[in-house]
Amino acid sequence: MRIFLSFTLLVLLVFVLTPLAFADERVEIFSWWTGGGEEEGLLALLEFFSANYPDLELINATVAGGAGTNAKAVLKTRMVGGNPPDSFQVHGGAELIDTYVKTGLMQPITDFLQEWGIKDKFNQQILELCSYQGELYAIPVNVHRGNVLWYNKALLAQYDLEEPTNLYTFVTALKQLAEQGVTPLALGDKNKWTATHLFECIMVATLGATKYNGLWDGTTSFNDPGIREALVVFGEIINYVNEDHAALTWQDASERVFSGKAVFNVMGDWAEGYFKTMGWTPGQEFGWIAVPGTRGSFMVITDCFGLPKGAPNPDGAKAWLKTIASVEGQDIFNPIKGSIPSRLDADQELYDPYLTDSMHDFTTAALTPSIAHGSAAPEGFITALHDALNQFITERDVEQTLHRIKKAAADFL
Amino acid sequence: MKQKTREGLISLALLSPSLIAIAIFVYGFIARTVQISFLDWNSFLNLLQNQKNYVGWSNYSDLYADPRFQTDLWNTLYFTLFFIIGSIAIGILLAMLLNEKPRGGIIFQNIYLFPLAISFVVTGTVWRWIFSPGTLPDNPYGINLLFQKIGLSSLQWGWFTNTNSFLSFNLALIAVIIAAIWQYSGYTMAMWLAGLKGIPEQLIEAARIDGATKWQIFTKIIFPLQFPITLSAIIVLAHVSLKAFALVYNMTGSGPNNVTDIPAIYMFEATFRANRYSTGSSIAVVMLLMVGLLIIPYLVNVIFKKES
Repeated sequence: MRIFLSFTLLVLLVFVLTPLAFADERVEIFSWWTGGGEEEGLLALLEFFSANYPDLELINATVAGGAGTNAKAVLKTRMVGGNPPDSFQVHGGAELIDTYVKTGLMQPITDFLQEWGIKDKFNQQILELCSYQGELYAIPVNVHRGNVLWYNKALLAQYDLEEPTNLYTFVTALKQLAEQGVTPLALGDKNKWTATHLFECIMVATLGATKYNGLWDGTTSFNDPGIREALVVFGEIINYVNEDHAALTWQDASERVFSGKAVFNVMGDWAEGYFKTMGWTPGQEFGWIAVPGTRGSFMVITDCFGLPKGAPNPDGAKAWLKTIASVEGQDIFNPIKGSIPSRLDADQELYDPYLTDSMHDFTTAALTPSIAHGSAAPEGFITALHDALNQFITERDVEQTLHRIKKAAADFL
Repeated sequence: MKQKTREGLISLALLSPSLIAIAIFVYGFIARTVQISFLDWNSFLNLLQNQKNYVGWSNYSDLYADPRFQTDLWNTLYFTLFFIIGSIAIGILLAMLLNEKPRGGIIFQNIYLFPLAISFVVTGTVWRWIFSPGTLPDNPYGINLLFQKIGLSSLQWGWFTNTNSFLSFNLALIAVIIAAIWQYSGYTMAMWLAGLKGIPEQLIEAARIDGATKWQIFTKIIFPLQFPITLSAIIVLAHVSLKAFALVYNMTGSGPNNVTDIPAIYMFEATFRANRYSTGSSIAVVMLLMVGLLIIPYLVNVIFKKES
């Protein structure tokens, strides 16, 4: 009995003391980067970190699940329970500000950027997305573009079409393709966000970037005729998608373009990584333009890392933030992940033709935060919009859908 | 007497750990869910601040007015109904056939029982592939492709992407119901086979001598004798159907215009996607009441029978 008791005590002591003994040297980084490309990028970044800070032991805490849907729930549980990681991945914009900053769970890190003297190296609009009341709360490590229209070059040539330049020519092109018996636009909305993704691009086209951005700070009303117009155009465009859209995911939809069964696809530029994995070369088999009518706008989806209050190892977290804010760190991570850096001084040589094109637009275009990816509006609004659009695609009731969108805006914005 | 009290105390002491755990983790959490369903915790901030603003029945009345939730309730009703009827009918048919001791019966018995051992996640994924319609008529997938190959193109349709409904029954549910029946008819079969072994041979033989047909033997003797087994199978299947989350979530998601949505999916999305914790809790409470509606009469019946 005594032996058993002392053994139990010993085990307990080991459990209690181990974290204490190592607490200073561990940095826990929480993300949902487990998929192809992104995981390799993260591992390369972690390796770079370890080379610079050999004393710090990194804990790579990942939770699998597309677009972080599962990770976000786990993270919230940890934050509510007072057990935050040292730094965690979050989409810049509403997801960061509404969920974590306004609730007082984050520490401002404005001083860090000043200390490192790199504040002017970033795209200032993207730092704006990560700021609240003049204080910066997170470092954006990468940027994805949402408003991209991908097309199968061979098919476009075969049907003798030009790249559409505005919504009107786009709809005409779709109509012509439908008459030829090919799927004009591939959509896979089994997971509802892809329909919202298409809709928000059309919103930017009908409202323009300034008014679109005004929706989220209250300077544009949801009664603006542009929203109604977006719904009408969305309804028109939905006529030209594949009939089985509800059975497909975004990958399935991109695959339709790849296999020559569909001509166009509206998707974020992670689709470029997907095409490349399938064996396509950017600019050869597939082409891209901004979604017609949104040239000059850049629908931005950015992954950020911040410093939660009560992080066990704030100094370690600071070292991590410095790594991802550095041009070397961003240039290691982004070419592998298939995204562009949030800094403007990155080495263009490292990026493929699509990404350099996107980097160019990033410096000149007006940034618009994505709804579907959590940057523009709180999660309550997003799900309400998903539901409203999901019903709209079947019932096509513009007035009712408009009413639901306005109600969601009143409830959640 | 003393002996009895002591035994009672000992058994209470032995049972207390699990009793306490059940009290906290089942009934305590149910009470907590009910409480949250009357609060205004519909944002992450409200949850964090832990302020208790009671808003009465407003979460429930919002749900009642929500077209998605209305669709969910119809879907649950029809899914449960057809799933139970299908699983019971096919299960009984299989049991009766296997009870005739055909050659290789034991192999078939295992084949029919096997789907029960697979998780709903796997079933959902595979049946999604099977029922994925493709673009008709040129480019069919899955079962529609099979129909085309064997010259039955007229049978092709959109399966779970179809948005038509008949008396509030969404036709898209048919695909999900088929998958669920495929998985659970083996369960009814196993229950029935076990029960059939308990029916005395003399009874059947006596009926046969009296000139009863096979159908008469089935309806007048076997089915009444098997009724208690069938009833428990129905109860189990009914609550499986309320827990079909994994199947539906993996196979179809909520579907276009929520044609294959069920309350469990809405609850999950409201709570963990939209941060509407109180909405999610009120859906959970409604689901609990629906299970209660099925189980409580059954339990009362069982207890009443034991006592009398």
